[in-house]
Amino acid sequence: MDDRMSECFLGVIKNKNLSAERWATNHRNMLDAKIPAGTLDEKWTEYKGHCKLVNPANKRKLEVIVVGTGLAGASAAASLGELGYQVKAFCFQDSPRRAHSIAAQGGINAAKNYQNDGDSVFRLFYDTIKGGDYRAREANVHRLSEVSANIIDQCVAQGVPFAREYGGLLSNRSFGGTQVQRTFYAAGQTGQQLLIGAYQALERQIALGNVKMYSRHEMLEIVEIDGKARGIIARDLVTGKLERHFGHAILLCTGGYGNVFYLSTNAMGSNVTAAWKAHKKGAAFGNPCFTQIHPTCIPVSGDHQSKLTLMSESLRNDGRIWVPKAKGDNRKASDIPEEERDYYLERRYPAFGNLVPRDVASRAAKERCDEGYGVGTSKQAVYLDFGAAIIRYGKIEISKEGKDNASQEEIIALGKEVVKEKYGNLFDMYEKITGENPYEVPMRIYPAVHYTMGGLWVDYELQTSVPGLYALGEANFSDHGANRLGASALMQGLADGYFVIPYTLGNSLADEIYAKAIETSHPAFEEAKKEVAGRIQKLMGIKGKQSVESFHKRLGKIMWEKCGMARNAKGLQEAITEIQALKKEFWSDVRIPGEIEEMNPELDKANRVADFIELGELMCIDALNRNESCGGHFREEYQTPDGEALRDDANYMYVAAWEYAGESKWNLHKETLNYEVIKPTQRNYK
Amino acid sequence: MEHYNMNLNLKVWRQKNCKSKGEFKLYRVENISSEMSFLEMFDVLNEQLIHDGEDPITFDHDCREGICGACSMYINGKPHGPWQANTTCQLHMRAFNDGDTVVVEPWRADAFPVIKDLMVDRSAFDRIIQAGGYISVNTGNAVDGNAIPIPKDDADASFAAAMCIGCGACVAACKNSSAMLFLSAKVSHLALLPQGAPERKSRVMNMVAQMDKEGFGSCTNTGACEATCPKEISITNIARLNKEYLGAGFTSDK
Ligand SMILES: Cc1cc2nc3c(=O)[nH]c(=O)nc-3n(C[C@H](O)[C@H](O)[C@H](O)COP(=O)(O)OP(=O)(O)OC[C@H]3O[C@@H](n4cnc5c(N)ncnc54)[C@H](O)[C@@H]3O)c2cc1C
Ligand code: SF4
Ligand code: FES
Repeated sequence: MDDRMSECFLGVIKNKNLSAERWATNHRNMLDAKIPAGTLDEKWTEYKGHCKLVNPANKRKLEVIVVGTGLAGASAAASLGELGYQVKAFCFQDSPRRAHSIAAQGGINAAKNYQNDGDSVFRLFYDTIKGGDYRAREANVHRLSEVSANIIDQCVAQGVPFAREYGGLLSNRSFGGTQVQRTFYAAGQTGQQLLIGAYQALERQIALGNVKMYSRHEMLEIVEIDGKARGIIARDLVTGKLERHFGHAILLCTGGYGNVFYLSTNAMGSNVTAAWKAHKKGAAFGNPCFTQIHPTCIPVSGDHQSKLTLMSESLRNDGRIWVPKAKGDNRKASDIPEEERDYYLERRYPAFGNLVPRDVASRAAKERCDEGYGVGTSKQAVYLDFGAAIIRYGKIEISKEGKDNASQEEIIALGKEVVKEKYGNLFDMYEKITGENPYEVPMRIYPAVHYTMGGLWVDYELQTSVPGLYALGEANFSDHGANRLGASALMQGLADGYFVIPYTLGNSLADEIYAKAIETSHPAFEEAKKEVAGRIQKLMGIKGKQSVESFHKRLGKIMWEKCGMARNAKGLQEAITEIQALKKEFWSDVRIPGEIEEMNPELDKANRVADFIELGELMCIDALNRNESCGGHFREEYQTPDGEALRDDANYMYVAAWEYAGESKWNLHKETLNYEVIKPTQRNYK
Repeated sequence: MEHYNMNLNLKVWRQKNCKSKGEFKLYRVENISSEMSFLEMFDVLNEQLIHDGEDPITFDHDCREGICGACSMYINGKPHGPWQANTTCQLHMRAFNDGDTVVVEPWRADAFPVIKDLMVDRSAFDRIIQAGGYISVNTGNAVDGNAIPIPKDDADASFAAAMCIGCGACVAACKNSSAMLFLSAKVSHLALLPQGAPERKSRVMNMVAQMDKEGFGSCTNTGACEATCPKEISITNIARLNKEYLGAGFTSDK
């Protein structure tokens, strides 16, 4: 494997001040995180106090392209439009309101400490770093934690109908990996409500003429001029025509790449294409193998399965996870008495119980199923049981009503009402999919691919290693280290879009006020367009026998089996060989029906799957390089005697930032992580 | 849950683009599992069509869990099919029996032109939101979230209206192709909150004007929208909208 990655480790130059020169020409060799000087809690304030500003008249002359209008993109496009920039926003759905963010269920974190239970900016920061298994940058995470409270205020002002208590104040719930209640929510539809808020702010800017929206458009290439990202080539998905768009800066807010596994909780269209094009144009890809497998999803039911459905982590607040104590126990859940049930999370992790972080909960489920204790027909499932919660809530309701001798039935009926109010839509969703009623029988759940911590490498300003090209939201690698805590992705997407990029973008655009818009007849645009057209023609010209879907499924199977919840060197090496072979087969035997200049979803999918295949290879290379276990990255060779992830801080306390160096070749750059405030320890949730 | 397999006859609307005339085509799918979703059944059909060298059927979909509002099939005469409070993507094949014939069409409304096959253009909904479906607050302008206590019942009612997924089934179900349920859901979501109060009058006037401009029909209170809405948006929202509209009409200074 060594010839595949020649290391050119240059490390991080820290504490450079803001006017530090740009890396225009040498960005390919160097990673400068541009972390501001000062103590951790002063860095962001310092930055904001000293970053360059663009005056309102000049903002009107500057054009910004925002690709993606999920939480990160919609919040960024709206905020930049409000500031006066000329914004063009793109999404592949028919409306920005349908971005994948809409599906987020459980909630959004913020260090408000409304519950007076000991929360603070520092504690949210600490939990996030620890939850990420000490593989995230302190300065970024601290900033995230600082702005978290502003997000809630902003969303409330927009009319986001968060859950409230009877006193009229905002309600909170707890989420995995923490011991405080800091999660704000709107039933099981938090992402929907937050996205609608950002979408409405965006539509307002569209109405005001500050943002021009391009729906049903897919970005297929970055245009680089004189070492800077200056535009994109996008395909109008309705007409199939290629378009050129100029921007003084380009923001990629294009979401995560969990669909490389084919089956995931992501929306069907979620893809890596935009990020991958940027990567091939010089943007380093950070920690590609860091994938989050979510513990509570509805298990696979057959070969026809097209996606997996999440059951929000908030359910672990009230649901107890168990399997039978006896192997291969085929009795119905209700026939298994209490003393024959193994509540394995409560047993193994008494301090956090069912609320351990996701990576820990997922591996524990896999361990039980692999050992033969799984339930359901496939035996690849564990129970998530609300029986105890229904009775607990029922008793509270009874006592509120002042009744002394309520029957068990009355208690259960009232308890179900409470559970319904909290999780009704999730229970309905479960019943629609499985045909089983979770108020009566425990849910069956199994881990599924859910989120990707890896993504485009960005510096403190969210700029990638290509000047002028930024990445926000799930598309970047930034804040979650090797494992993301629940309710923190929504927080990060909105932090990036509402409160970070409006400052950091200005800091570099201040140098661009004399830069005139470049005509899209410029040879670089011409060249990029030709490249895209050529690739599309090549794909259409293959006229092979196998569908795009069949290739995607095969890629997913390789990834899930060999680069999924548990990985080892042998499997990863095999996977790399298999993916390379799959790539050859794809490019010689894929069949794409229809024409180029029309609405052609098979062609859209082919473009995406071609990129997923290349990404899959890099993920395996990254997983093979990282000879340790941390967070969601579990290398079987590196574990403690009781099966917990075993980090190697001496050798791997770095961000692996991969530079594309030609087909199946990458160079590894390392950004060393320096922990100045937190002392990394073995994560302990016992 | 009993699982079973079935063979089905499908009668699907095919239309190359917005300019061409469409027609129904017949297809047969076999060995469909009752555990599949309706869209997974379409995946099977499309794989079959690709294999046979035919053009697969185009339809909108993304989240496949009932929240993005993209999916939009008119199944056996009902938007989103036979189940109550349900989207096309959440419909599962156990709703059907072996030998059934299933008719699938796009949303039909002048304001939703067909793009291809079962995919329509719903951008009119975005333009209605642009006309006033928001609270004008720039980033950074907000006060503390708990500075504005909101009675739980109001917050819950606002949330119930805000659950609309913008799918357009209400329009497809209505014999007049009215967008009143969609519009009223947005007006209610914002009118029920104190933050929405300052723009209450102009919002409703402008949004209704935009709706008329888009070519949606008028509301004659038949209730087909409420009956078909996957998010059970209540028709009482239309009553609230009418009240808001009348109130705004009498007192608006515009
Ligand atoms: C089922 C589910 C539940 C979740 N629940 C929670 C939760 O409770 N709390 C939490 O914090 N997080 C949750 N998450 C994670 C969170 O929802 C996502 O990480 C987050 O919403 C991502 O937002 P984003 O703006 O980065 O990207 P997305 O919302 O994925 O948006 C991507 C955007 O990019 C566009 N796009 C992509 N590629 C292109 C291209 N080439 N050209 C043009 N446009 C393009 C898309 O059209 C879209 O507009 C959940 C995730 C899932 C799957
Ligand atoms: S009101 Fe109901 S049917 Fe109409 S768009 Fe909203 S969710 Fe769809
Ligand atoms: S595909 Fe999203 S609601 Fe059906």
